[in-house]
Amino acid sequence: MKGNEALAEAAIRCGCKCFFGYPITPQTELSAYMAKRMEKAGGVFLQAESEIAAINMVLGAASTGVRAMTSSSSPGVSLKAEGISYMAGSDLPAVIINVQRGGPGLGSIQPAQSDYFQATKAMGHGDFHVLVYAPCSVQEMVDTVTLAFDKADEYRMPVMILADGLLGQMMEPVTFPEPKTELPDKSDWAACGHKNEREHHIINSLFLDAPLLEAKVKERFERYRLVEENETDAELYMCEDAELVVTAYGASARVAKSAVTKARAEGIKVGLFRPKTLWPFPVKEIKEATKDAKKILDVEMSMGQMIYDVKLATECRIPVEFFGRTGGVIPTPAEIYDEIKKLTGGAQ
Amino acid sequence: MAVVFDRPQALLDVPTHFCPGCGHGIVHRLVCEVLDEMGVLGETIGVVPVGCSVMSYNYFGCDVIEAPHGRAPAVATGVKRTNPDKVVFTYQGDGDLAAIGTAETVHSGTRGENIVIIFINNTTYGMTGGQMAPTTLPGQVTQTTPFGRNTDTAGFPIRMCELMSTLSGVALAQRVAIDSVPHIREAKKAIRKAFENQKAKRGLSIVEVLSTCPTNWGLSPEASMKFVQEKMIPYYPLGVYKDKAAEEEAAK
Amino acid sequence: MTTDIILAGFGGQGILFTGKILAYCGLMGGKELSWLPSYGPEMRGGTANCSVCISDDPIGSPLVANPDILIAMNGPSYNKFIDAVKPGGLVLVDSSIVEEECTRTDITCVSLPATNIASESGMNGSANMILMGRMLAETGLFDMDVVKQAMEKCIPPKRANLIEVNMKAIQMGMDTK
Repeated sequence: MKGNEALAEAAIRCGCKCFFGYPITPQTELSAYMAKRMEKAGGVFLQAESEIAAINMVLGAASTGVRAMTSSSSPGVSLKAEGISYMAGSDLPAVIINVQRGGPGLGSIQPAQSDYFQATKAMGHGDFHVLVYAPCSVQEMVDTVTLAFDKADEYRMPVMILADGLLGQMMEPVTFPEPKTELPDKSDWAACGHKNEREHHIINSLFLDAPLLEAKVKERFERYRLVEENETDAELYMCEDAELVVTAYGASARVAKSAVTKARAEGIKVGLFRPKTLWPFPVKEIKEATKDAKKILDVEMSMGQMIYDVKLATECRIPVEFFGRTGGVIPTPAEIYDEIKKLTGGAQ
Repeated sequence: MAVVFDRPQALLDVPTHFCPGCGHGIVHRLVCEVLDEMGVLGETIGVVPVGCSVMSYNYFGCDVIEAPHGRAPAVATGVKRTNPDKVVFTYQGDGDLAAIGTAETVHSGTRGENIVIIFINNTTYGMTGGQMAPTTLPGQVTQTTPFGRNTDTAGFPIRMCELMSTLSGVALAQRVAIDSVPHIREAKKAIRKAFENQKAKRGLSIVEVLSTCPTNWGLSPEASMKFVQEKMIPYYPLGVYKDKAAEEEAAK
Repeated sequence: MTTDIILAGFGGQGILFTGKILAYCGLMGGKELSWLPSYGPEMRGGTANCSVCISDDPIGSPLVANPDILIAMNGPSYNKFIDAVKPGGLVLVDSSIVEEECTRTDITCVSLPATNIASESGMNGSANMILMGRMLAETGLFDMDVVKQAMEKCIPPKRANLIEVNMKAIQMGMDTK
C-alpha cells in the first residue's frame, strides 16, 4: 500500500472521525483515500476551499471532542500555521500530516526535508510546541498515526507527522491495527453542548490579562516538559562502538542506513542515529548513540536544519559535519558512503 | 408580582465590555431570546470571531468556540459536520466576515452548511479603534480613511446579503437593523427564522444586522441610531434577499 | 540477496503497473519489498519510471540509483538509466520504440520488439507484460504461479478479464527466449 493511503487507513482505524483537506502534491492520495473510505466508516470527509479553512474545520471538530485530522504538503502547511497556533493556544488535540516537498515558495513537488525548522521551532506564532514524529517506512507511518492520535489526546496538543514525498508515494507491505472502539472521554472540556447539565465550556486562546496568559502558557509548558521526559524516541543502528555516527531522519535515514550497512561490512566503525521524534528531540538517546563517537555526520534533504538540534543535544562536544541534498533531490547511498569514507579514512 | 421582562437564560448575567449605545448588546439579547424560546441552549455551540464580539464566549450561555479571525464559518463547518444534531451558529463582525473571512463565508454558503451566521455590520473595525471596514460607506471618515473613504483608492463597500443570496446553498439571506423597535422586532423574527431553517436542515442562513458603533463613529448613541437610518439603510436596503422556506411555501 | 529494478518509459505504457506486479510478486514470495514511483508532471504523457526493490533483508533506500535490472520502454528512459545499470546487470529494451543500440559489454542487453509483438497478436498495450515475461525467463526471479497471485491482487475483480490477457502476454514474453 502507498504511504499516503496507509496514513489515511490508519487514521480511520484509530477513530479519526473527520478529515478536512485541500489538494496538493505529493499528498493527494491521502485525501483521495479519505474521500473513498471516510463516509463508509461513518466519518466526515470534506474538501475545503483552502488550507486555512481546512485547519479551522479541524479546529472546530476537535473542539467538540472528536478525533480530527488534516494533511498537506509544505506550502499548504505554511497556510495552516495560523490554525495550528490557535489550536495549541486552545489546548486542542489533532493530527496534522506534512508530506514535505522542496521549497521555499512553490518550490518543487519532489521529496524534501526542508520544513524541519517550521515543524519543530515555529509552527505558527507564539510560545508553543507541536509534538513531531518522523517515521521512515510505510509500516512506521501506520504505527505513528495511532501514537499521534493517542498522544494528541493525552497531552491536549496538536501532533504533526513529518513525512515527505518519498514516504508518501512509496509502497511497502503493511499490517494495520484492529480498529479502535474505545476512545478517550473528553466531556470534561469539549464544547459539544451542555444539555443544561453543566457550566458552558469555552474553547479559547485569548487571554487579555497578561499574567493570566503567562500562567496558561506556563501550565502548557509543564505538559511539554512531561512530553520531553516521556515521549522521545529514536533508533540506534550499529552505534555501539561507532566512531562516526550518522544522524538522519525519515527518508534520508533510509538512504543513510544503506550507506552505513555497506561501510560496516567493510569494517568501518560507523552507526546511524535516527530520531523518531523531532520535537522533543531525543537528547538522551543521541548522547548514548555518540558516547564513543569522534565525529558526527548529519544527513538531511535540506541545507541543514536538524543539525542545530544535533549540535545542541551533543553540547557541541563532537564535531558535526553535514551532507545534504535539497530542492527535491534525494541523496544516494553511494554519496553518503563516500562521505563516510572521507570522514573515517576508510577501514582501520 | 408578575415578571414582564427578564434576562434570557441563554444570556449570562455578567457585565459586558461593550460601549454605551453599541448594538452588540441588543443582538446578543435577540439571539439568546431565540435560543431560549426554541429550548435549544443545551444543544447549541456558538462560534465567535475576532473583533468586538471576541469575548462573547463570556456572554453566551451555550458552549462557545473562539475562532481565528475570519474563520468562524470554517470552524462551524467542522463542528456541524461532526455534530449534525447540534445547533451551530457564528456571530461575526464586518471585518471578520466580509474582509479576512470572505472565502470562508462564501464557501460555507456554496456548500450549504446547515448553520446560522449572525453578521453585525457597523461599518468599522471597532476593536482595533475604528479603521475602515469592507462595509465603510463612501466618504465615511475612519482612522484609516481620515479624509473619508475614497472609492477611487479604497474601493466600494460590499453588500454581503446580496452576494450570498446568489449562492444555491444559502437558505436565508436577510438584512435587518436595530435602529428602532419595529426593526428590532423584525430582526428577532429573522434570527428565529434562521435557527428554524437549521432545525429543518435547509442550509445556510445569514442574517445581516445593521448596527451601531457610537464610540468609533464619534456620535452619541441616539445620533448613531439616526446614522443607521439615514446613511446605512439607504446604502444597505433592509429586506429578504433569499428565503428558501418562503419559496417552498409559495410553490405549494 | 537484493534485486533492484528500474522500469521506465512513457506514461500510459503500464510502467507503474508492471512495477506494482513485481512488488506484489515479492510480497507473495515472502520477500521484503518497496515500490517507488516517479510522480509529478512527467506522469502526464511524459516519461514515467518506478523503482522496485525485492530483498531478503529490510530495504534501505527505496530509490534505486544503480539497478540490477532495467526495463526501458522508450529512448529517453533508456538513455537516462543505461549507464547506471550495475555491471553484470540485465537490460530489457522495447526495440520497437527504442532506436539506440546497447554498447555496454559488461551487462546483458536483450532487445525485444515488444510493442510490435503485442500488436501483431492483437494485444495492444501488453508490451510491458511481454518484457516482464522475458525478464522472468532471463532471471527466474518469480514462478508463474506467484505472478498469477500477484496479478489477482493488483487487478480489481470487475476487470478480472485482464488477468488472463496479462498472463498470456507474460507467457509470450517468456517464449521469446
